[in-house]
Amino acid sequence: MSTTQEWPLYEIFIRSKNGLEHRHVGSLHATDAQMAIENARDVYTRREEGVSIWVVPSAEITATQSDEAGEIFQPAADKVYRHPTFYELPIELKHI
Amino acid sequence: MGDQIQLEELFQQRIDAGGKIEPKDWMPEKYRKTHIRQISQHAHSEIVGMLPEGNWITRAPSLRRKVGLLAKVQDEAGHGLYLYSAAETLGISRDEMFDQLHTGKAKYSSIFNYPTLSWADIGTIGWLVDGAAIINQVMLTRTSFGPYARAMVRICKEESFHQRQGYEIMLGLAQGTPEQKAMAQDALNRFWWPSLMMFGPRDEDSPNTELSVKWKIKRKTNDELRQQFIDITVPQAEYLGLTIPDPDLKWNDERGHYDFGEIDWDEFWTVVKGNGPCNTERLKARVDAWEEGAWVREAALAYSEKQVIKKNQKAKLAS
Repeated sequence: MSTTQEWPLYEIFIRSKNGLEHRHVGSLHATDAQMAIENARDVYTRREEGVSIWVVPSAEITATQSDEAGEIFQPAADKVYRHPTFYELPIELKHI
Repeated sequence: MGDQIQLEELFQQRIDAGGKIEPKDWMPEKYRKTHIRQISQHAHSEIVGMLPEGNWITRAPSLRRKVGLLAKVQDEAGHGLYLYSAAETLGISRDEMFDQLHTGKAKYSSIFNYPTLSWADIGTIGWLVDGAAIINQVMLTRTSFGPYARAMVRICKEESFHQRQGYEIMLGLAQGTPEQKAMAQDALNRFWWPSLMMFGPRDEDSPNTELSVKWKIKRKTNDELRQQFIDITVPQAEYLGLTIPDPDLKWNDERGHYDFGEIDWDEFWTVVKGNGPCNTERLKARVDAWEEGAWVREAALAYSEKQVIKKNQKAKLAS
């Protein structure tokens, strides 16, 4: 096995066109952020898939853990009153 | 132990309901291991697959053919990268995967252990090898592991150009001089059976299939995919006016499929076990590229570190 240290991993986000948000498309290894952008251009935008690239070191991302997903997200499940359909209005009413 | 069983049941329910599994979710150890093996070997196939085609880039017969082949080989590199990234989400490092490839522990698709002797081989590879890969990969866009499925969607979008450029090469040769047509036929003769072998052993000889189907890693069996490939490809060969080298190949009205002859499974296992025509050569090319590129990887890392130091010094001076 090579003794060289592995290049750090970067997560790649691409805006496909103005007016849309950057979306996560995948990840790649690079020695620094500049190289990550250059590589992302060749790996993820060979067919005009983007107009803007963000790169973030994967190690810098803080994420929710899937085993705590219940306590984080379930409290929203029984709050139907946050949705418009919870409120009962007469059917003949328009534009509301 | 009870927890384990309950987790497995929930996991299976999620898959049965058509749900996806993401990297940080709980998964049976075997599911993780199977995916690391399958995705990394898929990645290795993309990377090694560049070698037989790279052989012809400098000898492509026209600029049109050359840019097409270059773009295809560049895509294969990209596909390898998507897949390595997907495998890394399961906790294996890129270097570990390379090490498994370079030591022969991990396999790659046997089709790349056959030589590319003529320009027609490049056409045949695009048409048949990419055609077979597409059938497998379209199925995998619906696989249960999220990162693998997403990589497949991206790959499938790009891959159809590969098959079309291959078929266009074959069309040119098949409609060309008698020598060109003979070259196309010769390539088809050599690549037909190895292409059928790409789908893997027969279902009854494929012990992993049952679990793969249960976990929705695969949604069709090897034999189903192979039949699908044959049914699609035979009319394409007829259109070219080429003959598929199988005397038993015949439309079966009752089954609604083509019947075909027996695959030489001894040859299949010989190549899988490392004794195909080009196994040694392919692996050596790959290992040489990795080792001879080591100084570049080190230098790039040293350069980046130096840039950070420079930047910090500048900031210090300015403050």
